[in-house]
Amino acid sequence: MSTNKIPLLEVKDLKQHFPITSGSILQKQVGAIRAVDGISFDVYPGETLGIVGESGCGKSTTVRSISQLYKPTSGTVKFNGVDLVKADHRTMLKARRDIQMIFQDPYASLDPRMTVRSIIAEPMVIYNNRKLLEKPMSSIEIERRVEELMERVGLNKAFKNRYPHEFSGGQRQRIGIARALALNPKIILADEPVSALDVSIQSQILNLLSDLQKEFGLTYIFIAHDLAVIQHISTRVAVMYLGKIVEVSEAVQLYDNPLHPYTIALLSAAPIPDPQIERERKRIILTGDVPSPDKERNGCYFYDRCPKKMPWCSCHIPPMFKMNDKQEVACWLYDQTDHSKTTMEEAQADAAKVQN
Amino acid sequence: MSMKPDAKVVLEVKDLKTYFKTDAGVVKAVDGVSFSVREGETIGIVGESGSGKSVTNLSVMRLIPSPPGKIVGGEVLFEGKDILKLTEKQMRSYRGNKISMIFQDPMTSLNPFLKISTQMIETIQLHEKDVSKQEALERSIEMLKLVGIPSAEKRIQSYPHQFSGGMRQRVMIAMALSCNAEVLVADEPTTALDVTIQAQILELIQKLSAQMGTAVILITHDLGVVAGMCDQVCVMYAGRIVEKASTDELYARPSHPYTEGLIKSVPRMDTSKKGDRLFSIEGQPPNVIDLPPCCPFHPRCNRAMDVCRSVYPPVKNIGNGHEVACWLHVEEQERAQALANDKQEEKA
Repeated sequence: MSTNKIPLLEVKDLKQHFPITSGSILQKQVGAIRAVDGISFDVYPGETLGIVGESGCGKSTTVRSISQLYKPTSGTVKFNGVDLVKADHRTMLKARRDIQMIFQDPYASLDPRMTVRSIIAEPMVIYNNRKLLEKPMSSIEIERRVEELMERVGLNKAFKNRYPHEFSGGQRQRIGIARALALNPKIILADEPVSALDVSIQSQILNLLSDLQKEFGLTYIFIAHDLAVIQHISTRVAVMYLGKIVEVSEAVQLYDNPLHPYTIALLSAAPIPDPQIERERKRIILTGDVPSPDKERNGCYFYDRCPKKMPWCSCHIPPMFKMNDKQEVACWLYDQTDHSKTTMEEAQADAAKVQN
Repeated sequence: MSMKPDAKVVLEVKDLKTYFKTDAGVVKAVDGVSFSVREGETIGIVGESGSGKSVTNLSVMRLIPSPPGKIVGGEVLFEGKDILKLTEKQMRSYRGNKISMIFQDPMTSLNPFLKISTQMIETIQLHEKDVSKQEALERSIEMLKLVGIPSAEKRIQSYPHQFSGGMRQRVMIAMALSCNAEVLVADEPTTALDVTIQAQILELIQKLSAQMGTAVILITHDLGVVAGMCDQVCVMYAGRIVEKASTDELYARPSHPYTEGLIKSVPRMDTSKKGDRLFSIEGQPPNVIDLPPCCPFHPRCNRAMDVCRSVYPPVKNIGNGHEVACWLHVEEQERAQALANDKQEEKA
């Protein structure tokens, strides 16, 4: 899939910091939450990039910065060659047609006072009124399209005049998917679309999403914290920790041969629904919690919890090492020079030298 | 992880029924549930939302809001004594002392205005009147150390918001175990937590249960967690246990079509491949208001027969202590008989 080497979306050194302010009238910035702290990746047409990580690692912020729901602090987000960060309103409107989102909470992401028909029709109505569609749509055409979409996502079109509260969680997620499909987007950013659903409903939605991908040639960025779900749906996977990408790999390689100590721990912590395998597995239990992202760090972000940390890691931020054309990892263990013998003093002296 | 057939039964739930009266009709949230736990054993209760797993355990704790809810039948035997017959005052001495509970959301179950020390001392002193404040504090610190909170002496003076989610859940576990409860009910204890923290908390529960011989009732929707933690599993659907077996037996030989579907519909890290279609159980879980007296799973079951649409299946033991409530495991003759009886009743 990624043999087609022109990326649809290029993210470079994207940073999204949220200011922490203090004072009641004169708000002074006293710090920043570094939700996303310099990440780069490409997404190729037709593939699914899975983003996985624990809460607070910046997965959701990443997709929100891509769709410009937040204005990124720095970096570029190129969609089809156009930088969205610097784009004006009109360009952005056009780009948004191709970039749609599906949200986690099917209860909160639909307006309770709108009927299903008006929810699904809304994107078409807006773009039609602003004359941004190639071919203007009549209200009958919109109506027909709504029915078509409802049927495609597995909703009974007879229910189009109902309100969201009359539907179950899984059905609401289908409404959200129909809305995202309304303008024939190129890429869909799905932020934990199945996390709030029951197991039996989850598999229905996952199957629907893969069917739609095949049918419409969609590209997905798919966020989840469930590693098995990510493996099931993704072609490539990015693992995030504390606002950084620590590893990007083809899905098969990531699960067969994880490289970063965090990925290894994450995979070993995820339970497998088989008692025999569970008994024989060795778990790497990480100590401690994810630290707060409000500090600027000059060493590896995973240093505090890493079971394989070396003095060198405490004061050098690891770059992305390209292991082969399928795996990239940000960890000093994979540097060509061996850092395991370096003492803390030597490492710090080296870091100081670089700074000066 | 082994069955403990010699250990004594600490808690036995027999034919428990908890109904809720609503304007739309009677919700039979729990409708005839039976299970038992032995000392040091962990039993898992699995099911989707609305299947009645939480209500079962709130009933065991007698924490059902009444009205609208009411325990309308059954027994909950703790060391042979039916706690459903106790007065509210007697019940209070059971809660915490004998049976303790931890909840899904550690933030809403701690008081945000009080220090952890105040809350823990209160718990201990409430249950054991003759413990001094100093003793209670020391014991609290001891418990916090046991659950792995670093510098517990200092941290005990913090407020709940100063802890992370995983740490708060540890505090909850420490509180729940501070009175040496014999049964710990854990209602989705790790659902709100991340996988790496989940692994820490589950290991902690397992370790404490082995050390102190606490029986654990673990409520969860995650089949992976069950596989790693439990000795026995009950699968619930629409207020009833549809299948009950030892964990190994259940995963090796799922016998109810619902259990089978559930196990097959979860993507697995070790075996599933990208592009495979997931098995999925079509349709939605039923609305539990005024359920007809037939198998509630039949509209979603691809092996449903006539009898499934009219009579609730009896519970059958299919060997190895494996119990299942499904007509597929009932003899042809008995099925025909049940169907005939039902038809006759309908006529009358």
